[in-house]
Amino acid sequence: MKGGWPSRPAWGAGLFALILVAGNWLPPFYVTLLDYIGLYTLVTLGLVLLTGVAGLTSFGQAAFVGLGAYTSAYLTTAYSVSPWITLVIGLGVTAIIALILGFLTLRLSGHYLPLGTIAWGMSLYFLFGNLDFLGGHTGITDIPALDFFGYEIRDNREFYWLIWVVAAAALVATRNILDSRPGRAIRALRAGVMAEACGVDVARYRIVVFLYAALLASLSGWLYAHLQRFVNPTPFSLGAGIEYLFMAVIGGASQVWGAVIGAAVITVLKQWLQDILPKLLGQSGNFEIIVFGVLIILMLQRARDGLWPVVERGLRPIIARVVPGATAKTVAGPAQALARRERPTAGAAVLEVRAASKNFGGLAAVNGLSFTVNGGEILGLIGPNGAGKSTMFDLISGVQPLDSGEILYRGRNIGAFSSHEIAKLGLARTFQHVKLISTMSALENAALGAHLRGSGGMARAALRLDRAEEAQLLAEAGQQLARAGLGAHATDAAGSLALGSQRLLEIARALAGDPAVLMLDEPAAGLRHMEKQALADLLRALRADGMSLLLVEHDMDFVMGLADRLVVMEFGERLAEGKPAEIRRNPAVLDAYLGGIE
Amino acid sequence: MNLQIALLLGQDGLTNGAIYALLALALVLVFTVTRVIFIPQGEFVAYGALTLASLQVGAVPGTLWLLLGASILVCIAEIATAIRKRALRAIPRLLALYLAAPALLGLATWWLAPLKPPMPLQVLLTLALVVPLGPLLYRLAYQRLASASVLVLLIVSVAVHLVLSGLGLLFFGAEGSRTPAFSDQVLDIGTLRFSAQSLWVIGASGCLVAALGWFFGRTLYGKALRATAINRVGARLVGISTTLAGKLSFTLAALIGASSGVLIAPITTVYYDSGFLIGLKGFVAAIIGGLASYPIAAGGALLVGLLEAYSSFWASAFKEVIVFTLIIPVLLWRSLGKRQIEEEE
Repeated sequence: MKGGWPSRPAWGAGLFALILVAGNWLPPFYVTLLDYIGLYTLVTLGLVLLTGVAGLTSFGQAAFVGLGAYTSAYLTTAYSVSPWITLVIGLGVTAIIALILGFLTLRLSGHYLPLGTIAWGMSLYFLFGNLDFLGGHTGITDIPALDFFGYEIRDNREFYWLIWVVAAAALVATRNILDSRPGRAIRALRAGVMAEACGVDVARYRIVVFLYAALLASLSGWLYAHLQRFVNPTPFSLGAGIEYLFMAVIGGASQVWGAVIGAAVITVLKQWLQDILPKLLGQSGNFEIIVFGVLIILMLQRARDGLWPVVERGLRPIIARVVPGATAKTVAGPAQALARRERPTAGAAVLEVRAASKNFGGLAAVNGLSFTVNGGEILGLIGPNGAGKSTMFDLISGVQPLDSGEILYRGRNIGAFSSHEIAKLGLARTFQHVKLISTMSALENAALGAHLRGSGGMARAALRLDRAEEAQLLAEAGQQLARAGLGAHATDAAGSLALGSQRLLEIARALAGDPAVLMLDEPAAGLRHMEKQALADLLRALRADGMSLLLVEHDMDFVMGLADRLVVMEFGERLAEGKPAEIRRNPAVLDAYLGGIE
Repeated sequence: MNLQIALLLGQDGLTNGAIYALLALALVLVFTVTRVIFIPQGEFVAYGALTLASLQVGAVPGTLWLLLGASILVCIAEIATAIRKRALRAIPRLLALYLAAPALLGLATWWLAPLKPPMPLQVLLTLALVVPLGPLLYRLAYQRLASASVLVLLIVSVAVHLVLSGLGLLFFGAEGSRTPAFSDQVLDIGTLRFSAQSLWVIGASGCLVAALGWFFGRTLYGKALRATAINRVGARLVGISTTLAGKLSFTLAALIGASSGVLIAPITTVYYDSGFLIGLKGFVAAIIGGLASYPIAAGGALLVGLLEAYSSFWASAFKEVIVFTLIIPVLLWRSLGKRQIEEEE
């Protein structure tokens, strides 16, 4: 994915200038068509972020377009408010309604969400058509033209420039956001648990993305109202909402350029079918909808990731020839180091688990388990498969709530904390089943771990005011990658790494958060002998540095040689605790691992 | 509102609810087996009802042309696959299945339709024409995309819905149809009056649910589908092919849809585009069941049916909005039940 966003501003600007100038010569029909493509691009861009990247499917975007359009239409006609003021009011109204709807429906998980969006999409459409002051189904006419320092933007050609300047700005802003701290968080939203463990407040970011998409839609609606100079409910129906989703998916739902391609292809296709088919097949029946549907199916069968990846594959060799080095993203250069967390005192209790219990139905996965992790030590948590080790990890990191007992971090009860709050306190973890964003580079994955060490939000990212902080975060990520031995793989897509390297990448990501306690779930699985030794050296260095480590591992040689103390679990309970040498001789442990001698 | 009206609305709600329950079952089945959110489910209802209506006026239903066209396309696709795999021996079987059988069915329809056969035969013919569309559709639209994301499958579903509703307009015209009731009797219990048709609907739905229960609980194919629904990869590893499971679940979905259409044809006027809203309400019911639990989905369906019946009395213009908006609290209640941050596949 990274390869799609190389920085080639000069080419972008040139292309953009060409598009703007083209507006002078194109026949009016095409200018109008391009106007609409620009408007649809705005809405689809929001969907790219919301649906394609964050994985939240919305059928309701057309309703937000309607909110922007109707707010401006009503206020400019009924109260003669300037369209520039109604733009702000429209965005405000949309933001408030989107916040309420988002709060209500984004809590719906998975497949509930599309239905929720259908519900409010239909309701808002229905309101537009049934509120008398909005003109019912006939709508509102005589909306004033836009006034630009005394100059009226009246004709479609003048609107063309305005629309495409706005669309290009939105495109650049969206691309900037994706390539930033909040962007990484958004790209991690689909992998909820992992994002939370990196300190991303998933619920909050879902709302933020939803709001962003709604505001882009509202902006498109405002432009639409003043381009058309009249509004009625039809373009804001559920059908239109579905069409926006078509555009996003056909274009390539996770790519900003996909929004332009999708909007263009769908708009041109529909126009073309409406022109051609009646001539070929006669007026009866509505053939264009049939052919349109069939073409969509065929397109997705050929290119299920949308058209942009196909276009990009075609363009890449050309771009590589014209702009040398354009597709390689370089690791950030030197930057000021990030502030580090104060380390706990060596030997003092950092993490205390007291009588923790967790049941799944009738199964006691963890049953009254207690242990303590001290500052600057490595505690090994071992036990046969199914002993409840990973569940214990989930309890400490807040992925699962405790049934009873408590967990104290430096004296503070964190039993009821959410995952991202726990991450913020300085507990970082890796996962038994590797959880990485496979399309992001190793560097970006590691930078995700440093999420809480930055503060840049969407607006700063969109305007590229976050570059200093971004350089710091990437430099930190680069250092941790190098520490984990992955320095050479910084630009590789995480999904292309070998499984062992992916585990190391998870460790680098956890380290990027500068944790006081590092919890590793089977870090040595899938590593070769030399890699294991390098990992052991790294963990020892971290311990010497004052970090506390909690280690779940099946490789006995590895864990025995590394841990200061071991806790052995069986059937959710503590079987034994002590130094590695003691555990080695403990009859109960031998029994559990090797089976009893009758 | 007096008791009489309340009970009448209740009866209406239960009848519609029974249909939504059937559709919800089909949607849950298709989703769990194939991950397809099957928006076109409603089109099968409309096709079932309108095909029956065509047969009743003695016309050859347009569904036949769709069936023949789809069969020919599938036949070409399957033969191409067979040639590529050098499995030439399969070709006669493919020809028999995708060309001879539909052609025979076509001839039978051609001959029977103008004779206006008795009602049970019409119903059978309707099912024979509509149900095969399910697996054909799976082969043409979904099979290649079986491993695509839920979002892509959803978009394909919407596209299929557009195609089918466009074809519906072509085949059946813009006017709605209503067929005569299976029987005109009414049943009086005290002050209550049940129309025989709503008893038919509720009874037939019950039978269909029972039959499905038997199919899933007792037959090998049913168990194979259940296995696929629970664990797709695991099912494939023990030799249950994704394609077979997909076709089978689409066949059942088409059967359920077409049967629902036949059942409601005498109660409401069905238009070529009625299916979407009916299907959407089935979808609402299925969602209440979390797209996973059949009994809860059936309960949700009855809730939707009743909600619709009573809201059409109080505020008929707002009927659809009420049904869809009141669903949000239910969904919220369901998803608040568990504290979780889910993972997408």
